[in-house]
Amino acid sequence: MAIEATETRPLGKAIKRKEDPRLVRGQGRYLDDIVLPGMLYMALARSPYAHARIKEIRLDQAYQVPGVKAILTGADLEKMNLSWMPTLAGDRQMVLATGKVLFQYQEVAAVVAESRAAAEDAVQLIEIDYEPLAPVVDPYAALKADAPLLREDRDQKDNHIFHWEVGDRKATDDALASSPVVVKEFIRMPRVHPAPVEPCGCIADYQKATGKLTWYVTSQAPHAHRTVLALVSGLPEHMIHVISPDIGGGFGNKVPVYPGYVCSVVMSLQLGRPVKWVETRTENIATTNFARDYHMTAEIGATQEGIVTALKVATIADHGAFDAAADPSKFPAGLFSIVTGSYDFPVAFAEVDGVYTNKAPGGVAYRCSFRVTEASYLIERVMNTLALKLNLDPAEIRRRNFIRSEQFPYQSPLGWTYDSGNYDATLNEALKLVDYEQLRKQQAERRAGGELVGIGISTFTEIVGAGPSNTFDILGIKMFDSCEIRIHPTGKAIARLGTRHQGQGHETTFAQVIADELGMTAADVLIEEGDTDTAPYGLGTYASRSTPTAGGAAALAARRIRQKAIQIAAHLLEVSPDDVEWNGEKFAAKGLESRAVGMSEVALAAYTNLPEGMEPGLEATYYYDPPNLTFPNGAYVAMVAIDRGTGEVKVERFVAVDDCGTVINPMVVDGQVHGGLTEGFGIAFMQEIAYDEDGNNLAPNFMEYLVPTAVEAPHWETGRTVTPSPHHPIGAKGVGESPNVGSPAAFVNAVVDALSPYGVTNVEIPLFPWKVWNVLKELGLTQ
Amino acid sequence: MFPSAFEYYAPKTLDEVYGLLAQYGDEAKILAGGQSLLPMMKLRLAAPSVLIDIGSLGQLSSATETAEGLSMGALMRHKTIETSHWPHYPLLRETAPWIADPLVRNRGTIGGSLAHADPAADWGAALLALGASVQIESRDRIRHMALEEFFVDLYTTALEPQEVLTRIVIPVPATAATFARYLKLERKVGDFAVVGVAITVSLAIDGTVAQAGIGMAAMSGVPFAAHQTESLLVGRQLTPALIKEVSESASQEGDPESDRRGSAEYKRSMARVFVERGLSQILQQWESTQSA
Repeated sequence: MAIEATETRPLGKAIKRKEDPRLVRGQGRYLDDIVLPGMLYMALARSPYAHARIKEIRLDQAYQVPGVKAILTGADLEKMNLSWMPTLAGDRQMVLATGKVLFQYQEVAAVVAESRAAAEDAVQLIEIDYEPLAPVVDPYAALKADAPLLREDRDQKDNHIFHWEVGDRKATDDALASSPVVVKEFIRMPRVHPAPVEPCGCIADYQKATGKLTWYVTSQAPHAHRTVLALVSGLPEHMIHVISPDIGGGFGNKVPVYPGYVCSVVMSLQLGRPVKWVETRTENIATTNFARDYHMTAEIGATQEGIVTALKVATIADHGAFDAAADPSKFPAGLFSIVTGSYDFPVAFAEVDGVYTNKAPGGVAYRCSFRVTEASYLIERVMNTLALKLNLDPAEIRRRNFIRSEQFPYQSPLGWTYDSGNYDATLNEALKLVDYEQLRKQQAERRAGGELVGIGISTFTEIVGAGPSNTFDILGIKMFDSCEIRIHPTGKAIARLGTRHQGQGHETTFAQVIADELGMTAADVLIEEGDTDTAPYGLGTYASRSTPTAGGAAALAARRIRQKAIQIAAHLLEVSPDDVEWNGEKFAAKGLESRAVGMSEVALAAYTNLPEGMEPGLEATYYYDPPNLTFPNGAYVAMVAIDRGTGEVKVERFVAVDDCGTVINPMVVDGQVHGGLTEGFGIAFMQEIAYDEDGNNLAPNFMEYLVPTAVEAPHWETGRTVTPSPHHPIGAKGVGESPNVGSPAAFVNAVVDALSPYGVTNVEIPLFPWKVWNVLKELGLTQ
Repeated sequence: MFPSAFEYYAPKTLDEVYGLLAQYGDEAKILAGGQSLLPMMKLRLAAPSVLIDIGSLGQLSSATETAEGLSMGALMRHKTIETSHWPHYPLLRETAPWIADPLVRNRGTIGGSLAHADPAADWGAALLALGASVQIESRDRIRHMALEEFFVDLYTTALEPQEVLTRIVIPVPATAATFARYLKLERKVGDFAVVGVAITVSLAIDGTVAQAGIGMAAMSGVPFAAHQTESLLVGRQLTPALIKEVSESASQEGDPESDRRGSAEYKRSMARVFVERGLSQILQQWESTQSA
């Protein structure tokens, strides 16, 4: 049952989301709701070709459309030295194409007009002559010596972007060579898209008189975007005001900077009027950051008893036309090195090679902490193969290899220090909730009756909360986060953080954290994020980092408030500060329980009745640099039945037990888990951004790129174990992304389990019914 | 998602519609429920310069049931059909809930769907199974045509530029013991059919099939009725063996294309599976009415 925000001691309680009354009544204020006086509208002309040289662009007809104010091309931007922009991954990306286009729907020209319709009409009338070039769609083909060169702007004359490796190659090879059992699997995680319901967009509002640029933008990281904009545009940073209004879903898609953003800023600077740009659905799906497109080969060595001895992974990463990943600077393959997962591998080695192709640029971390979904999917799938090879139950193979709870803090062979976990407890809880023994019994009975029924397990470890400043930065900026709290004279508070929620519930959960520290209620604390003129600097919300970073800052800023408050309390209680105790709700005089003052009395005194010589006011700011990441984990169990007639897979049960440390709000965690599981379900069964051989995007809208609804989504059963993070101020870990990270393997392991009696060890996602049917056909299992 | 500019008319009478069609010819497009046309315009796949919204022609939004059959106005919305009760025509109520999603069903019309002639649309398959015909009107004439002849090709009908589809007429079934199923494979709710199969069977007292209709969606460039398969059923007792035989036959009709929704082989197989499942359910339903 949900609890009202006026509840005291709110931490850990299912407080109703404070943002919901606004959002569910349609009273949210999203980017496209904002209309400014004198605002102009921008639309982009895009390439129909995946790879082509631009011969000529003619604008005269487009300029004839009534209401057109200006048209921008790559040639115009070149004169301003703005035709290319840096990506967060250290590559660069064309803003408007010059020379040639490198992917279908690439931005070629920008039209600004008095109405969006006029801008669209003019876009249609821009005449562009292209000379089509041979497209490269397949990343393996792109690496061949005779492949057409895509990026002529680089000194390096091939399509290889980067090689990254971690671990001990030789020791791993040796261990594999001497292992009695080795399994190897090629696992492809296809290109998908975060597909937030609200596409990306912005309004650039440059006031010539003041020299100030106000930039409303769908941004998960408004402070970082302000800095990037200052660096790219040359505008002084204090004259850029970024406002990230309500966001209709981000999932990593709203972390990068997109060409449309830059064009609208340039246009507003030139025209001195607000310029709005909002993507269409197709523009969002076909051009903004995709995810995955990892082509992975893994080998696991093991003893006959199934104890793992080594893990070796080789990956081709298809980044499309530009490496526009939004990874921390030192991590071109993100945190893929979490690939040893929940298992105690004595030795491991992983390498990733990035490749350019004629596809949309990326890839972003879609609801995962930088390539963690790819890593988790891989290890959870290949551990399944190992279990099959040794004829061990998938739960048993995991138990035999789990990092044991007494091993924490655990040093992984690929360089991470896992903070905490109790993997056996989490798995046992999941098996108990699903009644695993009974389920296996049912499966055997139904199999005997000719049904194709499978049970899949995934016991993943996430790595979230980037991150400690010694390791993590984006464009040099350390990945701390921040919170500033102001207590008003009447005992109410406003708190601002450097993060920017997009549905995660920060307005409630951070209020709970602060209120709990200060003896207030969540109703008494207003959370504000997304305005760079008011909020302290922070790196934003993605990678499940808000609670591990800004959540820590919130607790520690509140404790700073308390430090001062205790002085004031002592003054009010007429005792020495040493004789004042915080009892969790109030400041009490030691030994005199009845003499106590709460935060409202202290707050009033901070403005009206201070101890001699004390600075008035009651405010604190904390910039929290986490000492380590947090490592949430989970155990998921799926049961599926395959329709032998149609190839449809029905998910009959799905139990998700998550351990995200201290739970701030169980209802919000459940909501996050339900959403992420539904996305994981879409990834496993419904979604792929596929391209044909000419580089045409085959899923550029919601008719072809399928997003699951409540109708398709299975019934989710959730549970929890709680292993607090030892280093986080309240013991919390991130959780928003765990279900997306952990669930795809559970679904696929279940499908493989259903087919494993027939020799199947791997099936490639997405598991469209026809694909499953093809497998059944091959095995002679169709109805 | 921003259509090209267009002029909009909302005539109150068919005469006014004819006048506008005469005036604008090819430039004009008739707007019924708008659930296909408007998305196409927003994607600029269609850019008519004139829209004639026939939504105000009230006489086209109701149905009349007589001893001969059911006559439905072309503007009847899917939702209305979904919630209407015509016991002689169970296939209508079986099919309607499968169309797109509730938002589309609230606005979309049966006539608009037929005139759009999407080979994967659900009404085409269902109404062909029911042996429906259409009434087409223009200033000069009213003509009736079997629905089969109305569907000419992919997104192409027998409608002349000056004509309006006004009614859909379904003949009364041969017996009162009429059973129906609509089976549809879709990738998610709201999707067009990967394969859709509409089945209606009227049984005589002794359980022999008096009349059978099988319509198919997405199995060819136009929706079609599987006549060969229908004829295998008529006059015979509905049994599991017969069902097996006709489902094999059904999979051989049509000419599906291989695409992202599956291979031609897969789609043929789905037609077989659906005919078998649909008829088996009907058999079961009939048997339960017999024992009751």
